[in-house]
Amino acid sequence: MKTVGRWLPPLLLIVALFGLWQIAASSGFMAERLNLDDFLVPSPAQIFEVMWQDRDLIAENARVTLVEIVAGFMVAVVTGLVAAALLHLSPLLRRTSYPVIVASQTIPIIVIAPVLVVWFGYGIGPKLAIIALICFFPIAVNTLDGLRSVDRDSVKMMRTLYASRWQIFRRVEIPTALPYAFSGAKIAVAVAVIGAVFGEWAGSEKGLGHLMLQDNAQLMTDRLFAAVFVLSAIAISLFALIGLLERRVLRWR
Amino acid sequence: MTTTLSGHAIGHAFDGLTVLQGVEFSVESGQTLGVVGPSGCGKSTLLELVCGLQQLQTGGIEVGGRTDSASRLESCAYMPQTDCLLPWFSAIDNAGLALRNQGRTRSEAREQASRLFEQFGLGGFEHARPKELSGGMRQRVAFLRTLLSGKEVLLLDEPFAALDAITRAELQEWLVPVLAEEGRTVVLVTHDVEEALYMGDRVAVMSPRPGRITEVVESPRESGQKRNHAVTTPAFTSLRERIMDLLTSRDPVSM
Repeated sequence: MKTVGRWLPPLLLIVALFGLWQIAASSGFMAERLNLDDFLVPSPAQIFEVMWQDRDLIAENARVTLVEIVAGFMVAVVTGLVAAALLHLSPLLRRTSYPVIVASQTIPIIVIAPVLVVWFGYGIGPKLAIIALICFFPIAVNTLDGLRSVDRDSVKMMRTLYASRWQIFRRVEIPTALPYAFSGAKIAVAVAVIGAVFGEWAGSEKGLGHLMLQDNAQLMTDRLFAAVFVLSAIAISLFALIGLLERRVLRWR
Repeated sequence: MTTTLSGHAIGHAFDGLTVLQGVEFSVESGQTLGVVGPSGCGKSTLLELVCGLQQLQTGGIEVGGRTDSASRLESCAYMPQTDCLLPWFSAIDNAGLALRNQGRTRSEAREQASRLFEQFGLGGFEHARPKELSGGMRQRVAFLRTLLSGKEVLLLDEPFAALDAITRAELQEWLVPVLAEEGRTVVLVTHDVEEALYMGDRVAVMSPRPGRITEVVESPRESGQKRNHAVTTPAFTSLRERIMDLLTSRDPVSM
């Protein structure tokens, strides 16, 4: 019952928005206002119809994109957590490399994506690199903030109870940082989806981003929207999955 | 095993602000020294210096004949003002932290801690999370954690400050015989004069910043006396008034 109560309001909102869209599109109101042909302004019903018709094609491309997202995200989780730990344990490293990490975030991904394709080709490599690059920052910075927010009295208490540096890290600092790491991961997984699309736009043979480009060129607006819906569903599912994992891991909260 | 603890001409400053100046004290082995003083007189700093968490600037501190901060850290257990129970561990795993840090397995640590849980009125709460415990229970777990370190010197920094008056009185009454039985050397810092007089064998009175010990008095408490009786005897009340006068006097002792 509690779960239903939590999910009902957003679900109702989505249904209401789709309803309005359906009315505006199928009545011809939107196309008229935008001064466009009807087929360029598909209604949700038409979009879902195309999604069902082309389900094999969409599923195949979605699988490619999902693999890219999950793999790129995992790379970012591992490197982000390791980087946060190293930066936390070495003040010298933190002072030296923190500005570099921040600077890396100012490189527009849309600029770097085609370069990566030139370097690594049309395969999964450049997509992984792009996704990992944009996911790394929220994970590393959040985790580092978490590690640094540790309660100083708890550390003092541990020091007088024979704790080594490693034991303080493992028993106090890591658990303190975990909720922060999860926040970072949730932000990261949402941007990972965008990263995958950018990566595929820069050069690819498959994937939902690739499909969108093709559909756009062929004025298949309905299937373009179908791909967007599937992409959103992937993002929401991954976000929810991390939320679930968070609740399981952070039982003490 | 017990030990003697003493401090000589301790001085300490932060950013040019003198916090402690010429602090002298000593605690006989197995005795409890209560330390009272106004807020900001450097009581907590004094404890951190004693257990070697902060480096000594001037003066000397001796714990069981050893003076360097590393060996002081080895022989002193520190109980901070907040209970510092780690929310991700159960009550019993919090209590056994020192044992775990020394390399004991989880089951060994739990076994050793569980023997005292009943005695500490914590029976049945071994696997409760800290947030599920009352304030008084949390404080008892924190004290148990300090005790299980097996260290000879216990440094307690306002252990009951966060508790309501009733729970505080209960815990004071509970702790006095526990400390007497354990025979550890204890320094108990508090801003509560009554607590210091009731818990301590002797009470050191500190001046406002820069903190120094202006007077040391013997507690009038007799062993085995109930708290209600102990704190209402004429000797106790007059001593409490005298310490209050010392603490509230407007002319700080000049050096």
